[in-house]
Amino acid sequence: MSMKHETPLLDELEKGAFPSFVKEIKRAAEHSEYAQDLLGQLELSYKEKVTHWKHGGIVGVRGYGAGVIGRYSDIPDKFPGVAHFHTVRVNQPSGFFYTTKALREICDIWDKYGSGLTNMHGSTGDIILLGTNTENLEPIFAELSSRGWDLGGSGSAVRTPSCCVGAARCEWANIDTMAITHEITMRFQDELHRPMFPYKFKFKVAGCAVDCIASIARADMSIIGTWKGDIQIDQAEVKNYATNGMDIQAEIIDMCPTGCMSWDGNELKIDNSNCNRCMHCIAKMTKALRPGKEKGATILLGSKAPIVTGALMSWVIVPFMKMEPPYEELFDLVDRIWEFWDEHGKNRERVGELIERLGFPTFLRETGIEPHPAMVKEPRRDPFFFWTEADIEK
Amino acid sequence: MAENLPERQTDIGPPHYVQFLPRVIKENYGQWKYHEELSAGVMVHVSESGAKVWTVRVASPRLLSTDTIKDICDLADKHCDGYLRFTTRHNVEFMVDDESKVQPLLDDLKAGGYMIGGIGDRISNVVHTQGWVHCHSAATDASGLVKAMMDELHEYFTEKELPNKVRLAVACCVNMCGAVHCSDIALVGVHKTLPRIEHDKVKNLCEIPSTVAACPTSAISPDPKQKSVKIKEEKCMYCGNCYSVCPAMPISDPKNDGVAIVVGGKVSNLRSNPTFSKLAVPWLPNNPPRWPEVTDAVKTILNAYIAGAKKHERLGEWIERIGWEKFFSETGLPFTMQHIDDFTFARETWRMAATFKY
Ligand code: HEM
Ligand code: HEM
Ligand code: SF4
Ligand code: SF4
Ligand code: SF4
Ligand code: SF4
Repeated sequence: MSMKHETPLLDELEKGAFPSFVKEIKRAAEHSEYAQDLLGQLELSYKEKVTHWKHGGIVGVRGYGAGVIGRYSDIPDKFPGVAHFHTVRVNQPSGFFYTTKALREICDIWDKYGSGLTNMHGSTGDIILLGTNTENLEPIFAELSSRGWDLGGSGSAVRTPSCCVGAARCEWANIDTMAITHEITMRFQDELHRPMFPYKFKFKVAGCAVDCIASIARADMSIIGTWKGDIQIDQAEVKNYATNGMDIQAEIIDMCPTGCMSWDGNELKIDNSNCNRCMHCIAKMTKALRPGKEKGATILLGSKAPIVTGALMSWVIVPFMKMEPPYEELFDLVDRIWEFWDEHGKNRERVGELIERLGFPTFLRETGIEPHPAMVKEPRRDPFFFWTEADIEK
Repeated sequence: MAENLPERQTDIGPPHYVQFLPRVIKENYGQWKYHEELSAGVMVHVSESGAKVWTVRVASPRLLSTDTIKDICDLADKHCDGYLRFTTRHNVEFMVDDESKVQPLLDDLKAGGYMIGGIGDRISNVVHTQGWVHCHSAATDASGLVKAMMDELHEYFTEKELPNKVRLAVACCVNMCGAVHCSDIALVGVHKTLPRIEHDKVKNLCEIPSTVAACPTSAISPDPKQKSVKIKEEKCMYCGNCYSVCPAMPISDPKNDGVAIVVGGKVSNLRSNPTFSKLAVPWLPNNPPRWPEVTDAVKTILNAYIAGAKKHERLGEWIERIGWEKFFSETGLPFTMQHIDDFTFARETWRMAATFKY
């Protein structure tokens, strides 16, 4: 198919070394009217420096309130191919592993009913099928779900949980991130597909404090693998690093944030009681150092992007939790947090913002969590604290 | 569609991941001992059992056609027994279980024009959002900015090393889908002008209480006379949140929308705590298709980091060490009124000490 619209500005982005999204849209445009008109409309946006998408229309599949992002062109007469251009969020398998057979199956369905354009993946983790019209939504869902695929979350619902590769291919994983993510996803299918919260709720699971899934920055609940006990040292391998040119004093000892390591040219020592498990030494000497043997996770709560009251990062709620199936301790905690949020949360208030508004102690009291110094960077600076009836002598 | 459709199922969740794991991954799950980075695009993980898996990483533009996905599948069929994975940063990873399979895979990838790299102390792929390709809220285009920036920086993906990893991200509006607010260098689409209230449409399209409530600075109040809302100009910080709730308050402004650059954030706990990115450049013009002002500023920041950072220092750690005042003098970026925080966490950011550098 020849291209329907002239796209001189976009053509410029076909040049250059990095893979080109324009080439991708043009490839799809060989067989897709959607992609043809997407090129036209996008060229216009490049020319006018303004978006041409409308904020309009709630669409979805029967019985679900989530999984489809409705999108309409604001100039459908010019670009009828993208008059409707809805996104279908397909829940990715944990860890983003695929067989080619499975991927081809999704591609075939998408070629038949949609634009042939995708995002692999959306920043939350879903497979994003980018652009179809309202009539196609039910057929797509039937085709996908009959082959074992389901939609992800959107709106004020549990959003599709995601995780780092974890134990599948990383020696630092303290917890089985892929299994935990799958369990959470299966457990909360109803909460994922039928928005009923004050706002969105995201889970992200990282195997260690390197946090390759950025859970601490963008999950309402961040589950980050950690350990108790001593870092395991293979002294022979430490020496190999030194022999092979690593300046252990400068690159390891001096960069340890807690100053808890020493190296005399022969033996590496760690004062484990002062280690805060930042992962620096382990990440730099992966052959020589390994996390301690008692594995679990730190649970943090509350991160979000700057909208509405400024960005938050998740902070510690449970310093250490064992993470073994069936994860009842975790699910019990989630239930208590959601109950608190459900009771007090305002519309469009993330759980982190709610805790800020009502106070961290109030949250702890209502969810029955004991205070612990790991929860704060420092105690309060002011003398304006509250007591309850139980604390007062009558 | 009139044809017969297969029977739909609901709430079945995603397919179980185990069926998608290559054999060497399944057999050594949880048994990995260490890994080595062999080049910018190849690493090997070694299991307690002695088994090894070689991973070759290539960049994708995230926005992929099904045709390209099928090409990638062909390669995975030929070299990787029909398995592959994607990374959280939109790269594609091909895995093989024998060293002899690495070179033929690399050869085919090179022949196919794939960009191999992203491993180690380099720039990996850019986390980004939808922009003009799909979002109503976009102040700029994400895919275009990524392409323009990476065309200039791709050597840091494929070969050149940096003091540490540099994580780049692009968000097309201040909603910042993606972890933009904790990246080494991130671009954010921003508005500079007030939303335009289309009073005749507010009645039909918007719910007034939720529109009022949507404003983080309480700039919006009801305007009963017009059955609409009004905005207190001096309070509005152009976040566009009202437009997300009320479509009759468009905020796009082609002349004044632009790109801000924030720097020095990270999510890992390595050495120093996870950190938010901070404002380096408040506004640069939207200048598609190549945004030269933006890519120049990014290169200026990156080059100052390369020149100044110690080995293993992330961009934000370097800035912390030298001080923000020094960051502005080293990069030559102007320090403006916009750099001084007057939002929620403002006071914590003011200097409450008499020590600083000239
Ligand atoms: C009229 C048709 C509308 C469409 C097609 C639409 C579309 C969208 C889309 C696609 C999103 C992103 C959702 C996501 O990230 O999962 C969104 C977010 C949002 N919209 Fe709308 N919207 C519409 C009307 C409204 C109205 C009338 C309101 C409020 C009165 C509203 C409030 C919101 C809110 C609060 C969000 C943020 C939700 C979130 O991030 O979870 N929308 N909208
Ligand atoms: C209140 C803040 C936010 C609002 C109002 C918002 C709104 C939206 C809207 C309107 C879209 C639709 C874009 C399209 O047309 O495809 C979208 C997409 C998306 N948002 Fe958000 N968003 C917010 C924050 C976030 C955050 C913090 C994340 C992730 C951590 C996120 C993850 C996503 C993802 C994964 C998509 C799908 C497309 C993509 O990957 O770019 N959003 N959001
Ligand atoms: S977060 Fe930790 S366990 Fe997970 S992939 Fe990254 S380094 Fe490995
Ligand atoms: S993990 Fe971090 S704090 Fe602990 S010994 Fe290693 S470098 Fe030091
Ligand atoms: S960052 Fe803003 S413009 Fe970009 S996809 Fe998210 S909501 Fe849309
Ligand atoms: S753009 Fe933001 S600050 Fe301005 S009126 Fe709208 S919601 Fe309020």
